[in-house]
Amino acid sequence: MTAALEIVQPALHTTVQDFGRFGYQALGVPVSGALDAVSLRLVNAVVGNDGTTAALELFYGGLTLAVAADSVRVAASAEIEVLGARSRVVPAWHSVRLERGEQLRVGATVAWCGYLAVGGGLALDPVLGSWSTTSRSALGGFEGRALRSGDLLPLVRDAADERPEVRLAEPPDLTPCERLRVVLGPQHQLFTTIAIEKFLSEPFQVSADADRMGMRLAGPDLEHREGHDIVSDGIVTGAIQVPGSGQPILLLADHQTTGGYPKIATVMSADLPAVGRLRPRDRLRFEAVSVAAAEAAARRLEDDLCRRAANVVAASPSIDETALRGGNLISGVVSGVES
Amino acid sequence: MTLLPRFLPSGDTALTVELGNRIDRGLSTEVVRLGERIAKAAVAGAMAGVVETVPTFRSLLVHYDPRVTSSERLAAEIEALVDAPGENAEPTRLWRLPVCYEGELAPDLEEVALQADLSPAEVVGRHAAGRYHVYMLGFLPGFPYMGDVPEELQLPRRSTPRVRVPAGSVAIATSLTAIYTAENPGGWHLIGRTPPLSLFDPTREPPAVLRPGDQVAFDSVSRAEFDRLAVAAAKGELVPTSEPVP
Repeated sequence: MTAALEIVQPALHTTVQDFGRFGYQALGVPVSGALDAVSLRLVNAVVGNDGTTAALELFYGGLTLAVAADSVRVAASAEIEVLGARSRVVPAWHSVRLERGEQLRVGATVAWCGYLAVGGGLALDPVLGSWSTTSRSALGGFEGRALRSGDLLPLVRDAADERPEVRLAEPPDLTPCERLRVVLGPQHQLFTTIAIEKFLSEPFQVSADADRMGMRLAGPDLEHREGHDIVSDGIVTGAIQVPGSGQPILLLADHQTTGGYPKIATVMSADLPAVGRLRPRDRLRFEAVSVAAAEAAARRLEDDLCRRAANVVAASPSIDETALRGGNLISGVVSGVES
Repeated sequence: MTLLPRFLPSGDTALTVELGNRIDRGLSTEVVRLGERIAKAAVAGAMAGVVETVPTFRSLLVHYDPRVTSSERLAAEIEALVDAPGENAEPTRLWRLPVCYEGELAPDLEEVALQADLSPAEVVGRHAAGRYHVYMLGFLPGFPYMGDVPEELQLPRRSTPRVRVPAGSVAIATSLTAIYTAENPGGWHLIGRTPPLSLFDPTREPPAVLRPGDQVAFDSVSRAEFDRLAVAAAKGELVPTSEPVP
């Protein structure tokens, strides 16, 4: 029998993601990949996977899985509730070995998206060199789509070895970040001076109109100097495009590779993981930085991530004995996605 | 190359190299050539940190890894490439693709004819007579933006986009024509359909048949021929081929 994890109850949009599909944007293939690459990399580190392994991305809400393997070791960027004969709660960034018949529930209660990594990874075939799911084009991941109840996700390993559990000594700070640093351009010159001033001084709010392609922001109208159509050009993740409405759209991992609206600025890559953690109604402000400063921040983030990923230590043995949550826990499972 | 590039920042992982501001074959050809030269230089190890390049109508987006290189260094390297003597460009490829412009496969043909003040047969004749330049791929994997359509067929997009455009639909809007590579919502005018040519297939390398800089000609085929080709395509016997443009 193939080792698998069975989806009992998916989050609003649960997909398999790695760090993206590069090399095919000239052919119109979106990069996709984790919205929060920091969390993905660090959950992988906890279960001993290398940095390129794909994991499950939970886009809003909780995910419930059943273990259909002899055993499996997992870790998540949020607390894991283990259900079964030996109910327990495993903190975020801690590994845990689960056995056949047990269920686990991960709730993305802090950040908008969360990650669950499996030791050894998922037994899926890459598409164009990547395991990332691009739902709109039915590419990659599990059958090119978001997971549904009843799906069986095949695992590379039949069983997890018995060894002491570990945790991240320096977990990342996932609290929502109100300040996003941007590099102005490529088309900021197509906006009025007042629009640029407003963009950099007034608050914006994440609207409910958000998915893996992008999030619409509500805030001051950003006026174009003349018209809002440009000859279509290439788009990078984090680009902030402004259509005729004057309300910006922050483009995320599944964005189209090209587009015809002026882009006022681009969120610097080191702040993109924080964008992935924003939730509808969250407030944010933009601060302009130079390209060189943004590049330096990207290198600092890389150093920081390498250090955190390498700093995996023994978890306190008491974790497994964490008190049962009883009734609350059970009702949480039955009700499924949090409202 | 005689064009002076403008470098526009696209964050800290990409640099837009803009060669002009209009939709023009000559400009597009320069963009594609610059992309080829950067790719060659990167393969030769001369431009560390280049991840990939994306040619569009009038600019090239160069994606890079800020852990390896910088925008400043890349811009200098690209300028040097622009100044260096150009080697022979790759020969242009011409694809002949069958299109049926009839009945339900061409739901907007009558409307286009009405707006263009032409008969449907004239619309078909003019569209099929063109030899189109593939400016770029985008919107959907493998979706080719091609041009230019004859002036009398240039119409704005439909005011209300369709929720479902079938794969293979041949469409026009503004100065461009395209083929929907997958079923998707879309706002262009549908004037014909190609049999299932698999213009994009992720199991193939390269996954897209067309690439920027290619030329495309359409062969008008009857519904009976379309049906025959569709059967052949289903058996995997209809593989588009190209010829070099002299």
